[in-house]
Amino acid sequence: MEELLRDLTPQVLGVLVRRGADFAAAEDAVQEALVEAVRRWPDDPPAEPRGWLITVAWRKFIDARRSEVARHRRELADLEEPVPGPTEQRDDTLRLLFLCCHPSLTPGSAVALTLRAVGGLTTRQIAEAYLVPEATMAQRISRAKRTIGAADVGQPGDLRTVLKVLYLIFNEGYTGEVDLAAEAIRLTRQLAASSDEPEVAGLLALMLLHHARRTARFTDDGALVPLADQDRARWDTAAIAAGVEILQAALARDRLGEYQAQAAIAALHADAPSAAETDWTQVLEWYDELARLTDSPVVALNRAVAVGEVDGPLAGLRAVERVPDDVPRHTAVRAYLHERAGDLSVAHELYARAARQATSAAERDHLTRQAARTRSSV
Amino acid sequence: MKYLLLKHYRGGPTPTPNGAILMDQWTPEEVSDHIAFMRHVADTFRERGEFVDAQALSPEGTFVRYDADGKPPVTDGPFAETKDLIAGWMIIDVDSVERAHEAAAYLSSAPGKDGRPLQEWIEVRPFMEEPPTVTD
Repeated sequence: MEELLRDLTPQVLGVLVRRGADFAAAEDAVQEALVEAVRRWPDDPPAEPRGWLITVAWRKFIDARRSEVARHRRELADLEEPVPGPTEQRDDTLRLLFLCCHPSLTPGSAVALTLRAVGGLTTRQIAEAYLVPEATMAQRISRAKRTIGAADVGQPGDLRTVLKVLYLIFNEGYTGEVDLAAEAIRLTRQLAASSDEPEVAGLLALMLLHHARRTARFTDDGALVPLADQDRARWDTAAIAAGVEILQAALARDRLGEYQAQAAIAALHADAPSAAETDWTQVLEWYDELARLTDSPVVALNRAVAVGEVDGPLAGLRAVERVPDDVPRHTAVRAYLHERAGDLSVAHELYARAARQATSAAERDHLTRQAARTRSSV
Repeated sequence: MKYLLLKHYRGGPTPTPNGAILMDQWTPEEVSDHIAFMRHVADTFRERGEFVDAQALSPEGTFVRYDADGKPPVTDGPFAETKDLIAGWMIIDVDSVERAHEAAAYLSSAPGKDGRPLQEWIEVRPFMEEPPTVTD
């Protein structure tokens, strides 16, 4: 029942918001309806749980409004509405997602509100996932609600922002009891089911392809394992197959975007039986496509790695020179290419410097080991 | 992104004239105003959904190290005149480094002698993050 309620909550919230309830009032009404469901369903399960919840939540909202409106002496007869059909159902969750990813919110607020309102996670779970006190997260969510309450609700956010927020949630991985990557995949799947925009499918494919490698990315004691050294037998072949299929259908639409291109690169890596058998020529072609779509220096840096694989490490180093050197992992990439070129003492210096610049402990430790390895073989 | 805002008793860049007047030369009211402001800063960060933690440290501590198996830890200090002395910290979780700097500057505007902003140097240190999932 818990799972069902979690699925239905954003849908019901979406219906109320579409019917014109403001966000905070709608959420209060849905919470009250949930309490009633928990109390009544065990003895008297409804035939249509979703319809039941919408009806009850809507009544709670109307009751709250009535008592408020009674003070203002206004009529509200026009607020009674029938339960919507299945098409509207998807639209409502979608509208809610767009609202929670409104461009007027900071990324951190949009992430928190989306996980709360659309993902149905508790504030405590979100707080634990992001390692902040529950009171802080509660405050972040309520501020976000106020912000979108003040924003023009008739103008929900744009798809780009929604995808960015979902990508941020996915990329956070998981730190607490909540698997944010899995949650991001669930939400993106929902969005993909009701959107025919190929970039949504592209993002879903990208997530699935990276998620497939997850257990191989770290050793049992938490050390980072780079792509080339991963045990590919540990990759989730079902997730890879699903990702590739979704990607192929998206690419067939012939409206390429950044997420599709990134997914295509991930698919090429997933497709290689061993690191040595990676089709780097194709990977580089996709980086060229990606570089045409975005001027992101991160893409330019990753492209330089592919250049190094296709045309040799010296060509790779020449490509790195054209990337601004304040891009994260810039020094690490140079270290790797110098090592490939056989220049171990330069590689050692650069690995050591890259370790000092690392922004995560796992990367720092990995780079420190690389520095130690290149020193001992000098 | 989480940032540690470190307050130092000593160390860091040269204090501004306002920041150079030690607290024991303030009036009791100035001390109370200062403390009230610090509380207000924490409340403001809480209200913005950015607050993670705040702690004050006692000024005197001890250096401790391992010696050998079966031997007690070796201790040293306290040192009256160490170059660098940490007074306490605040941890915030914010969307950008710019916001972290703004927050640190706000903390540094705490009133000191004669109610003038203390302009104390706050050290801002980013936390290590989780490595991103998407790397290629």
